[in-house]
Amino acid sequence: MPKHSLLALLMAGAVFAPAAAIAQAVPIGNPVAGAELYQYECAACHQIGEDAEHRIGPHLNRIFDRRAGSHAEFRYSEALARQGRDGLHWDFVRLDAYIENPRSLVSGTNMAYPGLEDPVERADLIAFIRAFSDQPQNIPEAAPTAFAPEVRLPPEVLAIEGDPEYGAFLSAECTTCHQRSGAHAGIPGIVGWPEEDFVVAMHAYKKRLRPHEVMQNLAQRLDDEEIAALAAYFAKLGRD
Amino acid sequence: MKLNRRVFLGTASAAAAALSAPAVMGQARPRVVVIGGGSGGGTAARYLATDSDGALDVTLIEPSRMYYTCYFSNLYMGGFWDFDKLGHDYGNMALRGVNIIHDWAMAVDRDAQTVTLGSGGKVSYDRLVVSPGIDFVDGAVPGWDVSKQSLMPHAYKSGTQAQLLKAQVENMREGGTYCMVAPPNPYRCPPGPYERISMVAHVLSERNPTAKILIVDPKENFSKQGLFEEGWQTHYPGMVERIGPDFGGDRVEVRPDEMEVIIDGMVEKVDVCNVIPAQKAGKIAELAGLTNDAGWAPVKPEDMRSLMDDNVFVLGDASQQGAMPKSGFSANSQAKVVSNVIRGELTGSRVFPARYSNTCWSLIATNDGVKVGASYEPGAEQIESVSSFISQTGEDAELRRQTFEESIGWYNGIVADIFG
Repeated sequence: MPKHSLLALLMAGAVFAPAAAIAQAVPIGNPVAGAELYQYECAACHQIGEDAEHRIGPHLNRIFDRRAGSHAEFRYSEALARQGRDGLHWDFVRLDAYIENPRSLVSGTNMAYPGLEDPVERADLIAFIRAFSDQPQNIPEAAPTAFAPEVRLPPEVLAIEGDPEYGAFLSAECTTCHQRSGAHAGIPGIVGWPEEDFVVAMHAYKKRLRPHEVMQNLAQRLDDEEIAALAAYFAKLGRD
Repeated sequence: MKLNRRVFLGTASAAAAALSAPAVMGQARPRVVVIGGGSGGGTAARYLATDSDGALDVTLIEPSRMYYTCYFSNLYMGGFWDFDKLGHDYGNMALRGVNIIHDWAMAVDRDAQTVTLGSGGKVSYDRLVVSPGIDFVDGAVPGWDVSKQSLMPHAYKSGTQAQLLKAQVENMREGGTYCMVAPPNPYRCPPGPYERISMVAHVLSERNPTAKILIVDPKENFSKQGLFEEGWQTHYPGMVERIGPDFGGDRVEVRPDEMEVIIDGMVEKVDVCNVIPAQKAGKIAELAGLTNDAGWAPVKPEDMRSLMDDNVFVLGDASQQGAMPKSGFSANSQAKVVSNVIRGELTGSRVFPARYSNTCWSLIATNDGVKVGASYEPGAEQIESVSSFISQTGEDAELRRQTFEESIGWYNGIVADIFG
């Protein structure tokens, strides 16, 4: 399930994937940015960290994997308590939905918060909050700390050196929609991507792991060399 | 005389030539030394030797001639596993080409790339794998140290300590109290103390049903808590009491000679006391300068390479890698990654991206097995958990029996993978 929201984030243009190693776990978000956001967005009502106590809202230590409305000593809205009894547990997907719009997940919640629209900001915030819940090294069943890399490519595929000239030829098919200038409106920009990210993304379409029928179909007939060539071309286009 | 002299000179110059010859000449195989023959080091040594097909000179330094697994030692205490089946020797590993040295690694000179043995000799390495398991933090439980481990066993390194604790439980006075002082995080085998409680409860419920079990725990919660608590309620109702940090479980000291446990100032008389102290990396990791202030050896997430030294890898419980629990399964999984990387560096074989995984099975009662597991991926800073699963409360008996049988299959599999 986290995969889906990750894909949603990637679709929304939020790519955190570090360029260094490709089979690398993808972080939930940036916890440092999240800490700052927490101060603005959450801290007035929710304490977190050592000695955190319930205030207007319950403290958020060990929120991950917790059943909603389960601090016996905190007075929740009946709506939230009922959702908890119905089995709502807090994980990345539910927290993300709740922070985006509390009332859409729990209509009747007491949480008077308008919601946080930006998926990247939400991910950062959740990455910060995650650190105050159980850690898998101590509790192996605890919520994941990152997302799986979306596609695993053998190193020799990643090592293919793309031929940018061939890529320039192939790119004609792409630039029908993706502008050479890198401008993006409605269609994401693809100019200047790190080559490995580009290769991984194209293979993810080819394997139909990334959702988008047009891209999935286009990727089908590209072989490993051609994907590398395109990656080289668009990366170079970004540098020129 | 002249002839001898000539022969001597001839030999000497040939030896000098051999010394200056590059490793590609073939005589001098690259050397890998592995410290510690448990699930991490044992797996690494075996895989390095067999997969490199003799291209690597692999030496394992392990003081014990017989390795007793910590995993399944709880089942032994519960009467579900034979002691002999916990023990494994290094014969097969030697046959597979590993040079086994039964000695202690006393020191590591990382500049000279040598390991000093207890007997005084030195072994040199091109790559070093350090997998010493855990040691206990001095003074972690006031009143307890290893000189008191006969009175209050830890039984957290298997072998004789497990035998001792089992005997103490079986011989406890009728209606007596078994107390466990549980460790703080992080420690090896997160569900281990609670599986042990289950096994002790199993023995007591059959032999000594009015006995009590007291857990003094510095942690707010623990792995598989819901499953264990459900199981204790079902199989051993009223027998197990746990005191968490909110009631002083984190403020405990012991008086082994009096068999007393002092919890937040209150003195409890107990009959058997199992003290599992706070843990740190095995001593040699610290002596080698591989540990941090927390007492663990930090490593890179993609290949378990020490942050302190590119020629050194640390495996298993001693390492600080991120999200993987300290377990035999984790160590075995990490060892395969390290073996692949070292072979690549020293012999030019192909190196593949790290794949890490772990599953921990626990037995709660006869045929009542549960498990927890996860898969892991290297992240930028540490190994991350990317998905996890756990047995559910309320599962039917058939599934629990199947899970228990699966755990036996796993045990036989992993020990064959290392020692077979």
